[in-house]
Amino acid sequence: MAEPMRIRATMAGDVADVKVLMNHIMETGLRKDAKTGQMVPAHYITEVTASVNGTKVLDAGMSGGISKNPYLGFKVKGPKAGDKVVINWVDNKGDKNTAEATIG
Amino acid sequence: MNALRRNVLKSAAGAGTVAVAVAAGLLTPTFALAGAPRSAFQAKNLGDALKEMGATGAADSKDITIKAPDIAENGAVVPVEVTSGIAGTTSIAIFAEKNASPLIADFDLMNGAQGFVSTRIKMGQTSLVRAVVKAGGKSYTASKEVKVTIGGCGG
Repeated sequence: MAEPMRIRATMAGDVADVKVLMNHIMETGLRKDAKTGQMVPAHYITEVTASVNGTKVLDAGMSGGISKNPYLGFKVKGPKAGDKVVINWVDNKGDKNTAEATIG
Repeated sequence: MNALRRNVLKSAAGAGTVAVAVAAGLLTPTFALAGAPRSAFQAKNLGDALKEMGATGAADSKDITIKAPDIAENGAVVPVEVTSGIAGTTSIAIFAEKNASPLIADFDLMNGAQGFVSTRIKMGQTSLVRAVVKAGGKSYTASKEVKVTIGGCGG
């Protein structure tokens, strides 16, 4: 699941508006495969962290109740244009992904 | 000392226990900051999930705004935006009350992060979407009903 993540970070006054689109199937483990009748095993992101210039600003826990290809928007006061936003996620199978963007 | 050790072993989930453990230097603060315990995500009803998070007595608050559609045609993708006007908001949790696992996500906010999160959730059926905000060690809550035409859990 090392597909790219999309991040857009823009300044609106003194607040950075960060929007993240992650690529993930987000399988709850409660769904049956229509063809085989077997339960589709759970596979979803369990934790997302965000940091700005190395300082953690957001730490999120998630369940399979988040939609497929999760979208996350948040706002941080303090950063300046040109600062770096880094997003990390980990899923229930231990897969990880990281992406970074510059606040514009 | 023995009693404390037993408590920590018994349930790392209780927020009070974790606080004690931090004070005793048994756990690093980084671990203790990691939001709602995983057990809260496993809870099968709202009451249990709130209990696991230590947010049972959350007070209703008009300072929490939930932006979500009144009617969601597709329960697999329901956009939800929560804004907390409560000063010192440290976390926002989102629940879909009638989902098999009501706790959808818990966002811990720090170092300048504003009381705002926006995401997309799955809803199995028409139910209340509830936000629980923690600020200054207290819990606040608000909810909004979303009608779901086609459920998005299971299939």
